[in-house]
Amino acid sequence: MTAALEVRGLKYALPADGRILVQNVSFTVGLGETLVLLGRSGSGKTTTLKLINRLLEPTAGEVLVAGQRAAALESTRLRRRIGYVIQEVGLFPHFTVAQNVGLVPRLERWPADRIAARVSELLALVGLDPSAFQARYPHELSGGQRQRVGVARALAADPPLLLLDEPFGALDPITRVELQREFHGLERRLGKGMVFVTHDVREGLLLGTRIGLMQQGRLVFLGTPGEFRASTQPEAVAFMGAADEAR
Amino acid sequence: MSLLSFYSRNTAELLGLTWQHVYLVAVSTGAAIMVGVPLGVALTRRPAWRAPVLGLANVFQTIPSLALFGFLIPLFGIGAWTAITALIVYALLPIIRNTYTGIAGVDPAVREAGRGMGMTDRELLRLVELPLAAGVILAGIRVATVVSVGVATIGAAIGAGGLGVYIFRGVATVDDTLIMAGALPAALLALAADAALGIAERRLAWQR
Repeated sequence: MTAALEVRGLKYALPADGRILVQNVSFTVGLGETLVLLGRSGSGKTTTLKLINRLLEPTAGEVLVAGQRAAALESTRLRRRIGYVIQEVGLFPHFTVAQNVGLVPRLERWPADRIAARVSELLALVGLDPSAFQARYPHELSGGQRQRVGVARALAADPPLLLLDEPFGALDPITRVELQREFHGLERRLGKGMVFVTHDVREGLLLGTRIGLMQQGRLVFLGTPGEFRASTQPEAVAFMGAADEAR
Repeated sequence: MSLLSFYSRNTAELLGLTWQHVYLVAVSTGAAIMVGVPLGVALTRRPAWRAPVLGLANVFQTIPSLALFGFLIPLFGIGAWTAITALIVYALLPIIRNTYTGIAGVDPAVREAGRGMGMTDRELLRLVELPLAAGVILAGIRVATVVSVGVATIGAAIGAGGLGVYIFRGVATVDDTLIMAGALPAALLALAADAALGIAERRLAWQR
């Protein structure tokens, strides 16, 4: 079976001054797997994510999404096959919840009744009652509800791969734990490949089937949560130390 | 002679001049929208154009209107087209500037989400940026229209007609009633345009 995502020797240098932000990053994410990219701010996690959906163009290396070379596809076509969730959510304020969730199907010119059915299905999936929520506007939602809509929107066209950039980072601690738990359940049911960026170790250990630790643009550790806990890699030890201290 | 009796004796002429006035404003503002909005959009795509284009539009704005009408006569002769050209030049700045500002003011997260979901630049513009900027763009059109109603009175000086005809005639004959006969409907036109576009603007402005 082809992997949802394969990344080989990814490198990104800023076009302006040649400063290297990501270097020699390689990993594979299978269907049903969640790779958590963990690291400090500025370690290259978000840059790596944007290199996958070509919001940034890699300086070197290769990205394969469901076996297809990302560089060979038109960037907009590629992105429609990859769900993308960001911390600020970025819901369209002038669209209803239903229009937000149905956007990619609409761009792909699905018939209206099929879009409507898909929207209801997805809202129910992320724990929002479709009849109560589909006609609302984003400003009428709480932060947690907005991020649920953000996840539903990313899943709309049933992409094999989902990229999530600190999706729960801006939520209050209680809502965050609630969404983490639900997302954990969702991961299994969906069976998609996911790359989940966070700097929260406990979130990473809960949601990741594997942890990729990034430091100064390089992947310095890649392994299961169990291996991460036991690792003697200095940055991994530092992260585990911080998690223990917070307890 | 009172204003009312003047109007009752010259109703047909009043309506004719008012129509000419509306025509000058509508045609020039319409043309300025067709040029200014795409230009404003272009500025959001090509940052290097921003300073020169806005700078040039700014310079035009500072030319006194009577002088601008005068400069254009050698190019277009006297009459409505010269006045319309001058009015377009004045209307461009607020429309270009507000189109640029409105689109630049769209939440970057919304833009990133749109791109990340696979919208083409055209789709992003049509479905997201223009609708979200519509209130600000319309505010620019509103300013341009109101200014045009005032400036169009000067068109009478170069034979473009409009309500300025009464004003210039009144100034030449030192007749306050005649000046008022042109100034009052011009002011009412400006207020009406302002109110109508204000309502449209509030409808289009998106509250978060």
